[in-house]
Amino acid sequence: MECPFWKVILDEDCKERSVSKEESFEMMRHMYRAMKEADASYDSKLRSASKMAGGDGEKLERYRKEKTPLFGEFLAEAVEKAVKMGESNACMRRIVAAPTAGSCGVIPAVLLTYEKQKHTAEEHIVEALYVAAGIGEVLAVSASISGAGGGCQAEIGSAAAMAAGALTYLEGGANEQIVKAAALALKNMLGLTCDPVAGLVEVPCIKRNASGAVNAVLAAHLTMAGIQSAIEPDEVVDSMRRIGAMIPACLRETSQEGLAATATARRIADELAAGER
Amino acid sequence: MNIFDIVGPVMVGPSSSHTAGAVKIGYVAGKLLAEPVAEAEILLYGSFLATGKGHGTQLAIVAGLLGMEPDDVRIPQSFSLAREKGMKFSFGEAKLKDGHPNSVQLNLTGVSGRRLEIVGQSLGGSLINIASIDGLSANFSGEYPTLIVHNMDQPGHVAEVTSMLSHKSVNIATMQLYRAGRGGNAVMVIECDQEIPEESVQWLAHLEGVNKVTYYSLNK
Repeated sequence: MECPFWKVILDEDCKERSVSKEESFEMMRHMYRAMKEADASYDSKLRSASKMAGGDGEKLERYRKEKTPLFGEFLAEAVEKAVKMGESNACMRRIVAAPTAGSCGVIPAVLLTYEKQKHTAEEHIVEALYVAAGIGEVLAVSASISGAGGGCQAEIGSAAAMAAGALTYLEGGANEQIVKAAALALKNMLGLTCDPVAGLVEVPCIKRNASGAVNAVLAAHLTMAGIQSAIEPDEVVDSMRRIGAMIPACLRETSQEGLAATATARRIADELAAGER
Repeated sequence: MNIFDIVGPVMVGPSSSHTAGAVKIGYVAGKLLAEPVAEAEILLYGSFLATGKGHGTQLAIVAGLLGMEPDDVRIPQSFSLAREKGMKFSFGEAKLKDGHPNSVQLNLTGVSGRRLEIVGQSLGGSLINIASIDGLSANFSGEYPTLIVHNMDQPGHVAEVTSMLSHKSVNIATMQLYRAGRGGNAVMVIECDQEIPEESVQWLAHLEGVNKVTYYSLNK
């Protein structure tokens, strides 16, 4: 019987911060509850200072509840929560960086939806959060989790990999399946650049959180169907690191190129600078 | 790094560097002043100046100066809270030589007239560096209890400070020494593993050749 993935991470945390298992677990539960609180306190009337962000989460909620959505129940609610969290972040609400503020929607989107729809005990979700944290720390140490350091692949890509591992754990996947699911999710986002409009964590970041959530579910889905990443997880992480170093600085959170250099983005940035928004 | 740097921190958005880091710089600066801020001149630099407004950087710095931490939900209302408390604040552009892209210079005056000038840098992931205090280099993170002693560049001051720490069983984590010129103003910045008793900090301030002692405590 292999040692559960989450317990390995918990034991490491106890050593690293010299705390008891109970203290560590309660800290992680606190993080999860802060995610729940952030989701529950979403306010559709808020707009960000730039006026670009806000209100889309409510549209998704209406579409899910009042229409016949294209997505099934799980994905429909997950993308709604991802967008809501991204919007809350842009509107200066309290969120949990996971791994960053810009990618704060991905993990709560899938875990909160899982707890609610699959009637899972909160303890079990907190364990999954350890799985996510363990994967994230490997990515941070071996590659990068910052858009300035490695592009969006390092932020939304990392969040999706962490969420995919967590979901695979919740679905009863073995340790090897957990890391392979993370690799699958990461592979789908390699090369993604960080080119936010006017330098703000809004466009395209908020919708990328939804994309990351869908990608995480996809990777766990493929894994539980018995499909494996053809490339070893460690090699995928190393690829992300090397690709990140090759992404030019103009596409790493400097807003000089890509979407940020479009006519629309420049007009928005100019209006912001002139105080016209 | 630990796992709660990955899942966490709990913070008010939208940016760990431009919002959470900015709150922390204000918070550390306010604690270093060691009394409520009466007036703050807030001079932004680089990306803080260029994209600060959209990230709530100004609100964040004022919130920190009022003693709020990065997870405080009142951060978006910090301007009106400052006005209620009678704290004056103004914004401008910092003229820094080779500044970090996310920098702010804070010129603070406390309610008793005590003054403090610091330059803070937000390094990303809500980590910060206090780069200078009153024009002299500093470089500390705000993650440890930190003692900053401004003294004349003369023999013996380092020994006085370190003997006091030894006497109080305070272990030094990091220590830096800088001076403006030989025999002129010097500064020592000491990050510690334990808190330093308040009376020991005050004792240092009265020593001959010591110009100013500033202490950053992790206690709330």
